[in-house]
Amino acid sequence: MALMSLIAFLLFNYVGDPVNNMVGQEASFQDRQELRSRLGLDDPFIVQFGRFIGNAVRGDFGISYRMQRPVEELIIQRLPATLELVLVSALLANIMGIPLGIFTAIRRNSWLSRLLLTASLVGVSLPTFVIGIGLIYLFSVSLGWLPSFGRGETVEIGWWTTGILTLAGLKALILPALTLGLFQMTFIQRLVRAEMIEVLESDHIRTARAMGISRTLVNYKYALRSTLLPVITIIGLKLGELIAFSIVTETVFQWPGIGLLFIQAVSFADIPVMAAYLVMVAFVFVFISLVIDVLYYLVDPRLRAVGSGGLS
Amino acid sequence: MTGNVPKRRGSFLWYNFCHDPMAVVSVGVLILLLFGAVLAVWIAPQNPFDPASLNLMNSFYPPVWMEGGQLSHVLGTDDQGRDLFSAILYGTRVSLIVGMGAVTLSVIVGVSIGLLAGYAGGWTEALLMRAADVQLTVPAILIALMIDGFARAALPSAVHEDIVLYVLIFSIGIADWPQYARVVRSATLRERVAGYVAAARVIGVAPAAIVLRHIVPNVITPVLVLAALGLALAVIAEATLSFLGVGMPATTPSLGTLIRVGNDYLFSGEWWIILFPSLTLVLLALSVNVLGDWMRAALSPRLR
Repeated sequence: MALMSLIAFLLFNYVGDPVNNMVGQEASFQDRQELRSRLGLDDPFIVQFGRFIGNAVRGDFGISYRMQRPVEELIIQRLPATLELVLVSALLANIMGIPLGIFTAIRRNSWLSRLLLTASLVGVSLPTFVIGIGLIYLFSVSLGWLPSFGRGETVEIGWWTTGILTLAGLKALILPALTLGLFQMTFIQRLVRAEMIEVLESDHIRTARAMGISRTLVNYKYALRSTLLPVITIIGLKLGELIAFSIVTETVFQWPGIGLLFIQAVSFADIPVMAAYLVMVAFVFVFISLVIDVLYYLVDPRLRAVGSGGLS
Repeated sequence: MTGNVPKRRGSFLWYNFCHDPMAVVSVGVLILLLFGAVLAVWIAPQNPFDPASLNLMNSFYPPVWMEGGQLSHVLGTDDQGRDLFSAILYGTRVSLIVGMGAVTLSVIVGVSIGLLAGYAGGWTEALLMRAADVQLTVPAILIALMIDGFARAALPSAVHEDIVLYVLIFSIGIADWPQYARVVRSATLRERVAGYVAAARVIGVAPAAIVLRHIVPNVITPVLVLAALGLALAVIAEATLSFLGVGMPATTPSLGTLIRVGNDYLFSGEWWIILFPSLTLVLLALSVNVLGDWMRAALSPRLR
């Protein structure tokens, strides 16, 4: 997957002329040439590519064409904002989505779970940005309770800036996190419900019930455990989706994270920033699938018994 | 079809359909939207793609039922004096073309790869499915963003504007093939060992003919369900890209582009510019989703 992002870099590197985008119409030919050689764009392709890989390993992604600042500096400065947003909304989505899914699976025919199911269908159909705009209109424009853009007040802890510790920061976090989390929540709810219904109809649950084990115990100890196994994988995959959709949410709320950085880089053909973002996202994906494998191992005793690992 | 005991599969489906009010309503909404989109040229009071028909003096009219509204602009106008009702009809058309094109592409690619992997087996299968797994980990919207960004940088902007529709169809469609490939592959694996396939092989039917004539009809049902749900996702993906400003340009707006334009006027009180395109988009996605959900329940309960 890291390989894939390098291919992406290859593609991007071949196209577009960043110099044209950086200097204005009036820049002379000399100025352009000077800028070119300063950015190292005159070197043969292999040299550029080799330099990119070598530097990337050391965490150096070059200088942003547009902002004229080191890319890693830009990313580190903006990374906390995105991570906070993604983690809070993932937490929100799981805390609400999993219990709702369990409820709608166990009480399959009650009117409340039918209502919840219909609501979740609406949730899946609402595009992220429409949710965001709707929330802004309701809570910022009409009611004026919450800010509609930015991070509010932030506190610096070392290089990490956090908005969680101040009231204004928390208030600014609510709407974006809700926006990002809502789609995931409805998705998780439907997923947990579907898996759980299947498990509840399986033989081992029927046996447990026939043996007279209490319903609560059957539902929450035996059924839930088999349900969560496939759910973990997909929730993990969806975490990647949260990062991707943070681009949308950050655009709607002008949230100063790396998603906004990326979309601005795309429109300015700012290749170093784009490449760095892609490499970083690829790294996150690899990391997530590693965590999923470990979790699998912890949840499923069968895998521990085999013990040879090698799962994917 | 009149409430008799259902005998054939077709009448069973019809019976099931008639007894699900949500499915009926969503089909009604879909047909309405489809008609609006197909007949946009004749229904729309104005051609929003034609700059000559726009008049800046007409900008920011509110909807007809509000003070200052005009009967000729039922849903009001936007910043360029574009009639919103017309723009939505045309925009729905663009959104549907991109959505259907993308789904068609991913179904064709996904089904072909799934059939190939399932029927050929061996290293072909391993390689193709590995590729599907890798692509599945990367969110579709990111792939689409990457391809679109690449096309944007590679092509001069005049050329790009002409083919942006195809770029969008390609970038959304290509991101979605793995799920079709997976479903078709596992169904093909089941069918490959069935008696009728062995019989066809014995009498000397060519492998390609076996796959196309005998296996495809037996594995296509879950694909239809996925495609219905995929259409909603594709329409939303297109709207998202357009909203981010990397989709359809403002000169040939899709629903997403209209929402992006409207977003600039949300704070200044011209709420109708953003509300009506958003409502149309949600209605479109919702009715497709409801229909897909019904199809899933009726056709293949095991598929999730």
